[in-house]
Amino acid sequence: MSTPPETLHKVSAKPDLLLSTQHSLCPGCGEPLAMRSILELITELGLRDRTICVCGIGCYTAFPGIIDVDVLQALHGRAPSVATGAKRVLPDNFVFTLQGDGDMVSEGLQEIIHSAARGEKFTAVLLNNGVFGETGGHMTTTTVLGQKTKTTMETGRLAERHGYPIKIADLLAQVDGTAYVARGAMHTPAAIKWTKRILREAFEVQLAGKGFSFVEILTMCPTDWFVEPSETPDWVETNFTGTYPLGILKTP
Amino acid sequence: MEGSHAIAEAAIQAGCRFYAGYPITPSTEILEYMSHRLPQVGGVCMNAESEIEAINMVWGAAGCGVRAMIASTGQGISLMQESLAELANAQLPCVVVNMMRGQGDYFQATRGGGHGDYRHIVLAPSTVQEAVELVMLAFYLADKWRNPVDVLGDFLLGHTSEAVDFPSRDETDLPPKTWAATGARGRASHNVTPLGSPEKLNLDPGSHYAHIAAKLPRIAAAEKRCETGLLDDAEVAVVAFGSPARFVKYAVHVCREQGMKVGWVRPISLWPFPSEAVAEAAGCVRALAVFEQNAGQMIDDVRLAVLGTVPVVPIGGISHDHSGFGVGPALEPASIIARITEVYGDRVAA
Repeated sequence: MSTPPETLHKVSAKPDLLLSTQHSLCPGCGEPLAMRSILELITELGLRDRTICVCGIGCYTAFPGIIDVDVLQALHGRAPSVATGAKRVLPDNFVFTLQGDGDMVSEGLQEIIHSAARGEKFTAVLLNNGVFGETGGHMTTTTVLGQKTKTTMETGRLAERHGYPIKIADLLAQVDGTAYVARGAMHTPAAIKWTKRILREAFEVQLAGKGFSFVEILTMCPTDWFVEPSETPDWVETNFTGTYPLGILKTP
Repeated sequence: MEGSHAIAEAAIQAGCRFYAGYPITPSTEILEYMSHRLPQVGGVCMNAESEIEAINMVWGAAGCGVRAMIASTGQGISLMQESLAELANAQLPCVVVNMMRGQGDYFQATRGGGHGDYRHIVLAPSTVQEAVELVMLAFYLADKWRNPVDVLGDFLLGHTSEAVDFPSRDETDLPPKTWAATGARGRASHNVTPLGSPEKLNLDPGSHYAHIAAKLPRIAAAEKRCETGLLDDAEVAVVAFGSPARFVKYAVHVCREQGMKVGWVRPISLWPFPSEAVAEAAGCVRALAVFEQNAGQMIDDVRLAVLGTVPVVPIGGISHDHSGFGVGPALEPASIIARITEVYGDRVAA
């Protein structure tokens, strides 16, 4: 066996803050990719010892038991309120929330908007795949028009029957209390790199005490979407980024 | 001090440094007091946008190891029920004050309005001084058992002004809150969750829920509180809790002056219910009369305590003035005396 050439360097490894690779998320899911970026950043920014992750309820609730940071598990929809209590009593800690679209935009819409309007100084992360993944692929508030889910089987999401998706990042960018709002995705290497950049900016906004920071991350759901798993990254590009274009919507 | 303000100040004296509330009568004065007083001691008061947000802000502060309180009335407490159930599963100590409209929230408090197998310790003061002492005790018990503790007051308690003394408590036996989420500086990280063990790589909801349930009989054995009076030769004992118990005590004394052998039993902890004290009272009387300002809720616990050994007769009922806040004609001493006299006549004189 020959030694690797010097030009070959490691671009990816298990993040230091991941205690186990044994978790219940599906191969091809976008959520572990997002978690990886977050954990890498916590290490790179030296935040492990003062991080409190406030986790919502969804597939990603597999993470609290296997990530090496303190976690406050919140109920469905309530992470922004729990994070408010935590950040207000421990203002020097680094506090971020992790919620899916069902958790944040369906069940918890009031909480995220009020937390943003109050200018709470934590970072809210949305993992948006447009379905209730954990229950098996049902329509959420962010399901895009035409998207087939278990509760929109015949027609896909129809505006006249099911209403329109809420573009939460656009909405939050309009709220005076937000300091930073951006949208990324996990469907291509370039998008992952971009998303890590905006996550870093959001985290730095919190560390500088500048106000509420928000990052939406589009993720694939290879199990519950009615799309060939191998085609889900392309499906994000074709069907999601039109409604949810990647970009920075607001900076301090 | 007015009862509401005394409750708020007692919380602060007990080390409460986080309060979240949503205005609702008759609890609003607690929020008002906290909004100016908590910042003076370095605490945080949140005028939250809903009851659900308020209780989950309390969740966050309690999860970081800070003493936290919320107050509302039954309607607002109803909105919080999912969180109130799961706070017990997350083993997060906090104090929940319900300033009831009447006494219709006995079931809500003692049975748990929420889902699953949990209980809150429920303390029911009948005077402002006792409210101060029970609020301070509530913070201690919440930390001791890592479980929410409810203080069940009412409109009258909240709006009665009395001279109060704020005692200090020795809490040196409480362990440090090593379980709290504070950032894992110098230690293993942990997971403060209602879903399972706080240890990483050990998510086992079944054994976690069993652990929570196993605490309940231990709490029940240790934390029953009750006051009784004039039972030695009593033929009838009146059972009442909270503010109405003050009216009952007065009525009992008047009945004594009229020659009736009457005593009283006042449960202070509603969960755990002081069943033994009620059963002991039942052992020396011919009937128990239950005065409560609702359609009959605590009377179930009284009946369970005496298991048919004596008749248990309801003498209270729903009674409001036009405001609906539970200050009604049934509280008139003459009315209570008449109801006691009626029971006494039926069970003793007959």
